[in-house]
Parts: sequence; structure tokens; C-alpha cells
Amino acid sequence: MQMPAPNTEVLSRKSELVSKLRAVLGAQGVIDAPEEVKAYECDALAAYRCPPLVAVLPSTTEEVAQVLRICSQMGVPVVPRGAGTSLAGGALPTADCVILGVARMRDVLGVDFPNRVIKVQTGITNLSVTGEVESDGFFYAPDPSSQLACAIAGNIAMNSGGAHCLKYGVTTNNLLGVTMVLADGEIVEIGGDHMDASGLDLLGVICGSEGQLGIVTEATLRILPKPEGARPVLIGFDSSEVAGACVSDIIKSGLIPVAIEFMDRPCIRATEDFAKAGYPDCEALLIIEVEGSDAEIDDQLARIVAIAEQHNPVEIRESTSPEESARIWLGRKSAFGAMGQLGDYMCLDGTIPVGELPYVLKRIGELSKDYGLGVGNVFHAGDGNMHPLILYNANKEGDLEKCEALGADILRLCVDVGGCLTGEHGVGIEKRDLMTHQYTLDDLDAQMNVKDVFDPSWILNPAKVFPLAASTTRRGQL
Amino acid sequence: MSILGANNPAVAAWETQLAAQVRAGDAHLITGAGSSRIGLTTGVALKAPDQAWDYDASALTLTTSAGVPVDVIQSTLAREGQRLGFEPPNLAPMLGRTSKGTIGGLVATNASGPSRVTVGACRDFCLGVGFIDGQGRVIKNGGRVMKNVTGLDLVKLMAGSHGTLGLITEVSLKTQPIPEMIVTLVVEGLLEGDAVAAMSAALGTPYSVTGAAHLRADASGAPARTLIRIEGFEHSVIYRAKALQNALTGYGASDVIWDAGENARLWASIRDVTRFQNMTGDVWRLSVKPSDAPKLVTDLQPEDVIYDWGGGRLWLLTKPDTDVRAYMGAGHATLVRASDTTKQALGVFHPENAVVTKISAGLRSKFDPMQKFNRGMMS
Repeated sequence: MQMPAPNTEVLSRKSELVSKLRAVLGAQGVIDAPEEVKAYECDALAAYRCPPLVAVLPSTTEEVAQVLRICSQMGVPVVPRGAGTSLAGGALPTADCVILGVARMRDVLGVDFPNRVIKVQTGITNLSVTGEVESDGFFYAPDPSSQLACAIAGNIAMNSGGAHCLKYGVTTNNLLGVTMVLADGEIVEIGGDHMDASGLDLLGVICGSEGQLGIVTEATLRILPKPEGARPVLIGFDSSEVAGACVSDIIKSGLIPVAIEFMDRPCIRATEDFAKAGYPDCEALLIIEVEGSDAEIDDQLARIVAIAEQHNPVEIRESTSPEESARIWLGRKSAFGAMGQLGDYMCLDGTIPVGELPYVLKRIGELSKDYGLGVGNVFHAGDGNMHPLILYNANKEGDLEKCEALGADILRLCVDVGGCLTGEHGVGIEKRDLMTHQYTLDDLDAQMNVKDVFDPSWILNPAKVFPLAASTTRRGQL
Repeated sequence: MSILGANNPAVAAWETQLAAQVRAGDAHLITGAGSSRIGLTTGVALKAPDQAWDYDASALTLTTSAGVPVDVIQSTLAREGQRLGFEPPNLAPMLGRTSKGTIGGLVATNASGPSRVTVGACRDFCLGVGFIDGQGRVIKNGGRVMKNVTGLDLVKLMAGSHGTLGLITEVSLKTQPIPEMIVTLVVEGLLEGDAVAAMSAALGTPYSVTGAAHLRADASGAPARTLIRIEGFEHSVIYRAKALQNALTGYGASDVIWDAGENARLWASIRDVTRFQNMTGDVWRLSVKPSDAPKLVTDLQPEDVIYDWGGGRLWLLTKPDTDVRAYMGAGHATLVRASDTTKQALGVFHPENAVVTKISAGLRSKFDPMQKFNRGMMS
């Protein structure tokens, strides 16, 4: 992964930078010892590592603003960091950067049930937001798999989704307002506890901007009433193609399941060995979850089963109790851990039109053979968000490069069938150099125009999202 | 990658022609709403392809040229048992116009109806956009899949930008199945504070409310009505209607409107603000925190009001020249119907804070450096 050479002038002014930052944050808020900054050298895309120059942990919006004022005046790059769970390298440092972590900003600033909103500092974890409101019958809908650990700041930066977004939408559909600090330290309030923008939808472009436009320190989020209940059905098929057709028919029927999850044979086998969930031995299985009262769930599951039966399933397992539900979900929830038992893996995130599922799965199988690397598929089928897991051996010379090349081929395939490179993980550094496969240089220029306005010096989260060749002139201003 | 153009030579050719015209021209007024033409004040108005779409009903996605009339889209979707989930309003009759809106106009104004309160606004249903920027370049963003975080989200930025950042040529939208049954709970005679509380209570239940509105008593003698809509499969709707009636007993007895036609007419009239059609006065559209709405209305004393989105959206009919914004705290107000003089004096769009104003101006100068599009709009 090519990264720009560190700015030697910045490196040479480290002690001046540290003393300025300490004057604002105190000794506790600034980490500069080489052995300590190492803790921030990577996120969940651990194949790439680079210790930052300094890491800072501010506690308030005003402190974030002061840090950014110092860094912009000194021309120091700033890499924002939520909880460090990015699978795309969104929080990978550069050697000349200040990592700005929001881990100390975890306050709940207000809960308003009649208006169905919660206001938080963005260092709070995703699951804590639900934890704050669930005893009153509410929840926060976006549910990335990392929700126990991941921070709202990162969710906003990556526009995170999750298994249940088929019904409830992703972060951008559940975000009403932000307090954000711009690259020069200016604080801006956008949106609030009302809906939609009066002028340009800045919130819409900020959400998912991967730390390119500013650092979101506070957020107003929509909370939703919890459903009365939820239960899944598991359906096995002897071909992925048929499972894909079944997904299309369910979606078209007017049913809105909260989740439609898909696993293929390699993944089913791995999870059976690992978690022993008792899944049928078949080519593909779907887990479809619906919500409502008991009677409503029965009615919806009956409709789903009726559709599935037209596709010759090898097995249908309808949950009738919480225990059975847990058993059905056990394998799916263990899938990543199970694949991890087989070796190192890289998790991809392309999205495709649902109708292309059978073709794409077949092509992935062919590519997997060509490269000699195993691929398991476990993903959100309802919205076409694929998660192929490529198995490789990190200790084997050249295997990572081979895995990356296969990954790139699979993502190009997703784009070629009318989909995109990333459905919920973000571009980061991982997919940066593939962007020209999805977008023309003019398309990318239009996106970079937005960054020019928010971050004219291009100091925020450098060398991410946009291919280096496309951003050279702009970054050259540093 | 082109969202639509690559599959549709007519759209690609039209975009190329428009782009050339933008490069050659000076000032362009983009007037999507009102016809299937995109009007340009200089040069000849170019007719947008009005039969161009790529509709994948089994994936719930539709990609279309921006010039297609909304009613054509709606009847196309209806044939497959689908609809636009954000319930696009048709304000033309209320505004005294006879024109038909285009899909590009809908997106450019982020126009959303009663269902917005729970399912999202027009922008939440937009998956991809193609537009021509002020330099006459054809730009694409997003795509035609449900989940997409590839690069910056210009789709949302273009939605609601009122033609100030570029000329929208194509859009990709998420569609929604038409539910089997739609019913409305009606509570009569509530005071407005209680009505907002009742709507809030309903929206806080797990019964998937898709509309919550309150109408004042009207000249025909109908009492004030608080309306809660639910949709879905018949069994489920019947169950939820009962459950909601129980949940709202504290606000008085409620009836249920079961008739499909009556429900459709009722919600269309709220969506299109039909009530103000034959009444004189300025019309304002507000977005506020729902619990702030009753006091704001009491302070303002408008001629009439429609509470939608559980109180979060207010349609106000006021005496001419009333400055609604002077009464407001947080939120925003758009002056939708008034004389040109009033619009000039009060401004159509809500003033933004200084930093947002600076950012918005910056974006506009980047996307349209020579100020070719919709000069004076939104500024």
C-alpha cells in the first residue's frame, strides 16, 4: 500500500507540537512516547501498520477545536479515530500525523423519548446508545457486527449499516444533527432534533465522508420503538442460485424482513466445525428474521415458507421459541470466528444488484479456484451487500498480495455487474486504488471539490478514499 | 461508471448535448417541476427522454431520466404493485398551477410526504444521481444498489439542492411494495397540545405507524381530527389497529377508517396540502421538534395549520407578510406560497448559521464556479 512520504518538517517539529498540545490537553491527553503510540498503529485492517507521531485524547468539542487549530497552523495531518474497528483502514495513521481519538468523549447529552431522539458525544459505543434507551422500549437501529466496540463517531464517518438495515436503514437514515469541528478548528452545528435540512443537505455528505471533512464530536440520533418480538426461519437450498431467486421473490412479495442473511457451503461447513449449530449440509442457506406480535410473526413466516417451498428447499426450520432463534443465529454469528479458525482472512464488502447474486457467486467460485485461495460467503442478501471472506496465510510469502489481488478482482466484478466497491465498511486505504474502476476522474474531482471546501489544506485523514494520483495536486498544497 | 447512460444511449446522448449547452451558455434556470422539459433560459429547451428507465421490480430499484413525469413513474410502479415510499407531494393545485412535476424536480427539492416521519425522506430513497456541473461535465455518484458507501455521498447533497449545484439528469431510486391494507385511526376533538402528545405516543409504540397528522375543525363542520395511519398485511393491520386504540385510550375514543378510497383521499389531501388550495394567505412549511409545535402555533395564531410528521412538520396558512421565523426557536421554515414582494422581503429559504452559510457558498462556487445555475436561489 503506497502512502505519501512523511513531511520531514513536521517530524522535526515534534517536540514543539507536543508541548503545544500538552498546553491544551494536559499530560494525560497527549501520548508521544514511541512505545505508547504503537497502540494506535493500526485499526481492524491489521495488515497495514504505521505508528503515528502523536496521539491525543480530547474530552470536549472545544479541546478538539484547539487541537485542530494547532495542527492546521503547523500543517500537521490529523487522522480521526473512533474505536479503531475499521475494516478498511479508515484510521490508519501516517508517520507524520496526530491521531485524534474520541474515546474519552462518551457522555450522553440528552434523551428525549416524546421526540424520539438521543444526543451523545460520539466516542460512545453503538451498543451503549441502545443500552441508554432500551428500558424505555426504544433502540438505535444501525447494528454493525462490531457494535459492542465501535464508536458512533466511526459509524458516522463510515455510514455504518448492519444486519437489520434492510428494514431500518443505515446511519445516514438515522442521523438528525451533528456538532463538527472543521480542519481549521471552527465548530459548526448542522441539523438538530428536527427533520431534514432547510438548505443544502450537508449532513448527508458529512455522513460517510470517512473523516475527510471534519471531526464529528456530538450527534443527534433517531431512536425507534422496539418491536414486540422477532423470530427467524432458516431455509437450506441445494444451489446458491435458487437461494438467490428465493431472496428476490421474498423482497418482491411486500414482506419487509428485518434481516435476510446468506451463507454458502464453505461458510456453513466452517461454522458447523466451529460452533456446531446443527445447520443442514447444503449449498446455501438463508436466515430470514421478521418482527411483530407472535401472530404477526407466524403470519409472515408462513408467507416466507410458502415462497421458499416454490424453490425446492432441502430444509426449512422455523423458530418457535427464543432458544430455537438463538440456535439459528448461532452459526451466522460465529461465521467470522469460524472462518478465522481456518486461517487468516480478508473480509470484502462489495454490493451488487440482488438479481446478480447467482452469477457473482459462481464467478467468485471460479476466481477462488484460479487463485488457489478459499473464499466463504456470508452476507446481507436482502440488500445485495456481499461479504466474501478470502482465506490466506499471513506467514506465507506472497499470500497477502495474492489475497489482495483476488479481493480486487471480486470488487471489480461487483462494480461490473452494476454494484459498488463497498456497501458499509468504507473505502479507507483498502479500496482507495480501486475507486477509478467505479468512478471517472471527473466524478472523483466532484467529490474532492467537497473536501476542498471543508478542508482546504487537505490535512484531515490523508491518503485515504481518493487514489493518490487523483489527489496529488491538492495534497501538494500541504 | 454510468448509472444509466451506459445502458441507455438516448440518455447518454441527451446528457452530452446538455453538457455542451451548459458549457456554451451563460445563465441557466433549471425548472424541472412543471413539465417534462428541463428549461434553459438560453438556447433551446432540450426535451428530456421521458420513456427511459431501468426498473428492476424484484430488486426494488428504479433508474430513470430526470425528465420523466412523476405520474408516469407512479403508474409504472403501480403496475408491479410498487410505489415511491416517500409519498411525493403534488403541491401544484395548492400553488395555483396546473403543471405536472418531474422526478428530477422531486429529487432537487427533496419533496417528501406524510410517510417521511418513519420511512424517510426522498433523499433516503435516492441511491444514485447523474448531473451536469457548472463546468459542463457529466458527473455520476452512488449507483443502483441499496447499500453503497463508496466515496462521498453527493446523492444526498444533490437531493434538495434546488438546482444550485448542477442539473440533475438521472436518478436511481429505491421503490417500495404497496401494502395490502391501509387504515387510519381517528381521534376527534383533541386540543393541539394533546394531539401532538397522542401522535408522539403512537409513534413510540411498536405498531409501525406510517403517518401521524392533525387537522383543525373546518368550515364544513368537521371536528378537529388526529389521524394515525398503519399499513401492511390485513391480519397484522387489524391487530395493530386494535393495539393502537388500546394504547391511545387516554386521549379519548377512536374510530378506524377502513375504506381504502377514503384513506387514500384523506392522506393525499394532507400530502398535497389541499386544504389551503382555496384559502387566501401565505403558506409556510416548517420542520420543528414535534413537542415545540403547539406553543409555536399558539404564539403565531395562523389562519390555519396542518400538523404532519407527528407535529414535526407544520403547514401554516398565515396572513400575508407574517414573518413566521420571528416566532421560531430551532428548526426551519420555508415560504412556499406568497407574493413575489413577500418572498423578496422575507426570503423563501430559512437563513442558516454563519458557518453553514460559508460552507454552502463554498460548495456552490466549486460545483458552479461561473454561477450558471439558478442564480439567486437559496442564497
